[in-house]
Amino acid sequence: MSAALLIDFGSTYTKLRAVDLERRRIIGAGQGPSTVASDVMLGMKAALGDLERHCGGLPRFRHRLASSSAAGGLRMVTIGLVRELTAEAARQAALGAGAKLVGSFAYRLTAADLAQIAALRPDIVLLAGGTDGGNSEVVLHNAAALASGALECPIVFAGNRDAADDARRLLAAKALACTENVMPAFNVLNVEPARAAIRQVFIERIVHAKGIDRAAAEFDAVLMPTPAAVLEGARLVADGLPGIRGLGDLLVVDPGGATTDVHSVASGEPAPGAIPQGLPEPRVKRTVEGDLGMRHNAATIVAAAGLEAIARDAGLEPARAGALLAQVSADVERLPASAEETAFDQALARAAVKIAVRRHCGTTETVYTTTGSVTVQRGKDLSRIDAVIGTGGALVASPDPRAVLRMALADPAEPLALRPRAPRLLLDREYLLYACGLLQSVEPQAALELALGHLADLDHETARERARHA
Amino acid sequence: MTAGLARTIVTGVIGSDTHIVGNRILTMALEKAGYKVVALGALTPAADFVRAAVETRAEAILVSSLYGQGELDCRGFRDLCVEAGLEDILLYAGGNLVVGKRSWDETEETFLKMGFDRAAPPGTRAETVLEWLARDLSPA
Ligand code: B12
Repeated sequence: MSAALLIDFGSTYTKLRAVDLERRRIIGAGQGPSTVASDVMLGMKAALGDLERHCGGLPRFRHRLASSSAAGGLRMVTIGLVRELTAEAARQAALGAGAKLVGSFAYRLTAADLAQIAALRPDIVLLAGGTDGGNSEVVLHNAAALASGALECPIVFAGNRDAADDARRLLAAKALACTENVMPAFNVLNVEPARAAIRQVFIERIVHAKGIDRAAAEFDAVLMPTPAAVLEGARLVADGLPGIRGLGDLLVVDPGGATTDVHSVASGEPAPGAIPQGLPEPRVKRTVEGDLGMRHNAATIVAAAGLEAIARDAGLEPARAGALLAQVSADVERLPASAEETAFDQALARAAVKIAVRRHCGTTETVYTTTGSVTVQRGKDLSRIDAVIGTGGALVASPDPRAVLRMALADPAEPLALRPRAPRLLLDREYLLYACGLLQSVEPQAALELALGHLADLDHETARERARHA
Repeated sequence: MTAGLARTIVTGVIGSDTHIVGNRILTMALEKAGYKVVALGALTPAADFVRAAVETRAEAILVSSLYGQGELDCRGFRDLCVEAGLEDILLYAGGNLVVGKRSWDETEETFLKMGFDRAAPPGTRAETVLEWLARDLSPA
C-alpha cells in the first residue's frame, strides 16, 4: 500500500489523516492536543497513537505533509498606500496566503502606527504601496519607518517596483523578501507572487520560529498555513485536472470557533450590462469574519443577527437563548450536551453563514441617472456558481448541515446581494479539504479523486443517512 | 519613452454620467502622444479619480462631464486633491459643461474658481488638449 500522512497543527488539536493513495480512500484519522507552545512532539505523539489505534497499526508513509495554524496562526500586518487600492490588495494577498490578519495600515505610518504594529507582534509584515512607476515616496517613508523600529519579523515588499532597490537598502538590517507589486497598474490585482513569497517565508522561518520544526522527525515538510491548505484544496476541487473535471466555481464556508472563513474560487465577473466598480477581486478569494465565531465570538454573532431572531430560529425563549449564549461564551470548549444547546448552536451557525457569505459576495446597486437606471456591481457575482461546500467542526456536528448551508444562498429579502442561486450543497464530512490541499503538491490526481470521492452530497442525502452519520 | 518615464494622466467621466465617447477619444489621443493613461471610464465618483492619482503618481486629472450636472459633481474636487496630498496636480474639466443659457465665460469662471486649471468649452479637440498639457506640465 502507498500511503500519505496529512497533518494539521491546529490551534487546539493536532489532527491527522492517513490516506491510501492507490485506492483513494481514508485509512484513518487521529487527533491529539496541540502542544506547540510547550513541546510540539507531545501532541504529535498523542495524535499518532490515536491514529494507530484507529487503523490497527501504521503503514509506512510515502509522504508526510503538514499545515499549521498553531501558536496563533500566521499573524500578519499589511501596509499599503490608499486604503481602497494597494492597502486592500495587500490585505487580499495576506488573506489568500492563509494569514491571520492582525492589522492593516494605509498612507504614511505614524509613530503611533509603528508602536501599534510592534504591539501586534506580527510574524510577517507585508509592505505595499504605489503602482509600478507610481507613487514611491510613501512606500519608502514606510520602509524607513519600519527600518528605524524595533520590529524583528521578516518583511515582504510587494510595492512599486521602482522603489524596490531603495527599500532593499533601507531595510538591509531586516529579513526582507522582495516580490512583484500587488497592484502593478491601477486597479490591476496581482496577489499570487506576494502569496508565494509569504508562503516561502512561512516555510523558511515561521515554522522554526513557532517551534513546529521540533517535530521534524515525524513529517517531511510544513508546507503552508492551514487556511491556505483549505484554499488550495478548494481550488483543486473547483478546477479539476486535465482529464478529471472539477466541480466548477464554488464557495467554501467554515463557521469556526473564533471566526467564520469564506473562500470562493470563481471569477465572479459582472452579469451582462452591469458596470463593475471598485477594486477587482482575486478569483481565489478568502475572507475572515473576526466577529462571527461559534464560541469566542458568539456574542457578536448574536449582536449582528439579533437575540430575538436567533431565539426564534432555535425555537427557544429569548431569555433561554441569552443564557445559552452566556454559557458558550464562558466555556469556549463546550460541545452541545442537550437538544436546546444543539438548536442554539444550529441557529448560531446559520446566522454566521448568512452574514459571512453576505460580506463575501458582491452587490449590485441601481444608480438612477437622468435617463433611467444603470446597474453597478461591486465585488464578485457568485450567483451562478456550481457548488457550496461546508467544512469545519460546527457543520460536521450539525444535525442538519443542509439547513446551515442554505443560509449561503440567494434570499429574496436581499435582492442586491450576488449570492449563489442554485448550487449543489456539499459537506466536507471527513475534514479532507486541507489534506487534499497539502497532498496536491505531490500527488494532484490522488488528491483530487480523494476529495471528489469524499465530499458528501447533501441534496441526495436522506434524513436516515444523516441519522446514521450522527 | 520607457514605461517608467512616461507621465501619468488620469481620465474619467464624473458622477452618474455615461457619455463615454469623447473621454475615450481623449484617452486614445493621450496614449498615442506617449502618456501613460489611467482611464477610469464612465460613472466615476470624484474620490476614485483622486485615489487613482495618488497610487499612480499622476501629474494631471482630466475630468469629463457631459450630462449637465458637471458643476455639482465637481464641487470640492480640488479640496479632495489637497486632502490627499495632491495640492499641485493639474486639473482640467471638459465635455459639455455649459448648462442652459449660461455663457461659456461664466461657466469657465465657475470651474476655474473651483480650482480647475483649465475648463474646455464644448467641442474642444483632442489636439488642443495635448497642446495645453505640453505647456502646463512642468518639464520632467
Ligand atoms: C451620444 C449622446 C448621448 C448618448 C451617450 C452614449 C454614450 N454612452 O456615450 C446617450 C443617448 C446615452 C445620451 C444620454 C443622455 N444625454 Co446625451 N448626448 C449625446 C450627444 C449627442 C453626443 C455626445 C458625444 O458622444 N459627443 C462626441 C464626443 C467626441 O464629443 P465630446 O464628448 O464633447 O468630447 C470631446 C470634447 O468635449 C473634449 N472633451 C471631452 N471630455 C473632456 C475633458 C477634458 C478635461 C477636456 C479638456 C476635454 C474634453 O474632447 C472630446 C474630443 O474632441 C450629445 C450632444 C452633442 N452633440 O454633444 C448629447 C448631450 C451631451 N446629452 C445630453 C443629455 C441631456 C443627455 C441625457 C441627460 C438625456 C436625457 N434627459 O435623458 C442623457 C444622460 C445619460 C447619462 N446618465 O449620462 C445633453 C447635455 C446637456 C447639457 N450638458 O446641458 C447633450 C449636450 C444634448 C443636448 N444638446 O441636449 N446622450
